[in-house]
Amino acid sequence: MADARAIGQRGDARLWLAGGWLLVALLAAIFAPLIAPQDPLAQDLMFERLPPFWMQGSQPGYWLGTDSLGRDLLSRLIYGGRVAFIVAFAAALAACLVGSTLGLIAGYFGGWPDRIISRIVDVWMAFPPVLFAILLVAVFGTGLSSVIIAIAVIDWTRFCRVVRAEAMGQARMDYVENARIAGYGRLRIMVSEVLPNVVPTIVALLSLEMGIAIIVEAILSFVNLSISTDDPTWGGIIAEGRLSIHQAWWVLVFPLITLFLTVLSFSQFGEGLKARFDPVLR
Amino acid sequence: MSACLDISSLSATLASGQRVLRSVSLAVEPGEVRALVGESGAGKSMIGKAVLGVLPPSVKIAEGSIRLEGTDLGTLSAKERRRVIGTKTALIPQDPLTALNPSRRVGPQMTDRLIHILGWDSGKADKSIRQLLDEVQIRDPDRVMRAYPHELSGGMRQRVLIAAAFAAEPRLIVADEPTTALDVTVQKQILRLIAQLQKDHGTAILFVTHDLGVVAKISQKVTVLYAGKVVEEADTAALFASPQHAYTRALMAATPRYTDPMASLKPVDDAVLAGLSAEIAAADQSWRAGHG
Repeated sequence: MADARAIGQRGDARLWLAGGWLLVALLAAIFAPLIAPQDPLAQDLMFERLPPFWMQGSQPGYWLGTDSLGRDLLSRLIYGGRVAFIVAFAAALAACLVGSTLGLIAGYFGGWPDRIISRIVDVWMAFPPVLFAILLVAVFGTGLSSVIIAIAVIDWTRFCRVVRAEAMGQARMDYVENARIAGYGRLRIMVSEVLPNVVPTIVALLSLEMGIAIIVEAILSFVNLSISTDDPTWGGIIAEGRLSIHQAWWVLVFPLITLFLTVLSFSQFGEGLKARFDPVLR
Repeated sequence: MSACLDISSLSATLASGQRVLRSVSLAVEPGEVRALVGESGAGKSMIGKAVLGVLPPSVKIAEGSIRLEGTDLGTLSAKERRRVIGTKTALIPQDPLTALNPSRRVGPQMTDRLIHILGWDSGKADKSIRQLLDEVQIRDPDRVMRAYPHELSGGMRQRVLIAAAFAAEPRLIVADEPTTALDVTVQKQILRLIAQLQKDHGTAILFVTHDLGVVAKISQKVTVLYAGKVVEEADTAALFASPQHAYTRALMAATPRYTDPMASLKPVDDAVLAGLSAEIAAADQSWRAGHG
């Protein structure tokens, strides 16, 4: 009992820390126009490559310094969060819907539906994901919606595989057989008996996928294939920071830290949620 | 009046063509408890699954019929069969730990079937479940119905499952080794509960077990199974008084006894098994010739 409680508390701390950072970042992104100290696009060559606030030569109002065009880094990070979160939520949800549905069908029904879906997944996963994304964006054209579609198209397989395995395990349980004997149809058993047992896994995976979507978006921004270059994105800022790493390291380091914390928080938040809402683990 | 369950010359095969049930015939009369005894692998659970329509996909029924109150299940459409099985039968499963859905509360799991399959209104279903929970001696039905399965002990869960099985007012219950997964001290209580409820409700039970002690306590009729073949069939009292088949006698001799534990742990005699194997091989050969 004592052990279980200790684990519960550690899980809770993880949940709160990760959730806290995500909430702060999300609120900052939503209220960016109110919070950002500067216009993220305003260039000022007088103020180029200002260092962060604790270093010699910093300027008040430019907390994390400026880039080589004199744009405020903190403001750019806050605005960049908007793209990151929109992509995270939309792409992860789309991937989750497609992947979980197919995974549930494959895992529960088995037989030929499973063979077809599993082969598609195998083929799909043979493509290198980032190259696949670049190819897709090149086909769809750049822009927010094509980035979201590209990520969903690549990553539904992640949901499909995990949900399939989980549904397969559940389908062998006696309670599923009991529902068959009671006279329920297969579809109804899949939705109301098997699905509830897979939901905690789906939630954890969804959160993880949001982090992954942010990384993929950053990669696409990094190679200039995400949305238009005017809007700040974390990947775009990292790409710019790379060019001036010797003169202004902060332009590279701060977006990296932001990205790292956000992605880590998403995965930890998901695990925490799973631990909390899975009736068996709880 | 037709038997509650009537299985006649049922044969089932694996994909490889190997027979797992060999022309099994048995009947359960209304209100009667028939025990189905055999070693593990004898096919006794397979018969239960065949009756309930949940045979694994690798097992096919090759021959014979299963009749529930005169209705031949083999002649029905899949949907119709589900309905007949769903309204006339229930299962008391072997492992109470996996037989309840872990992510749903116990109450709705018990009433679901009554409401959706049998078409009762929720008030009647709720009342019936409470009545049955009382009959299986669960004192705080509210707590149990609100609980998730993992919050209940194995014995509690088995009682819940027994209550759920009887609540559906089935004509036939298949009890698939319902005490095997339980603690020895709990086994006795559960057995007594099943016997009590069976008497009160007059439900016919096909009681699958490997334990002859259990057979003696609960059943009126026994069918002894070996390698998917009926070896002997008798009234329980008659079987224990004078077992006719050598295998049955060997099985009885092998039952552990507290009074003389070492002497009673005697494996079934090789000569008996050899005789049975020869008999089965011959039967299989002629069966294959007939079914090429």
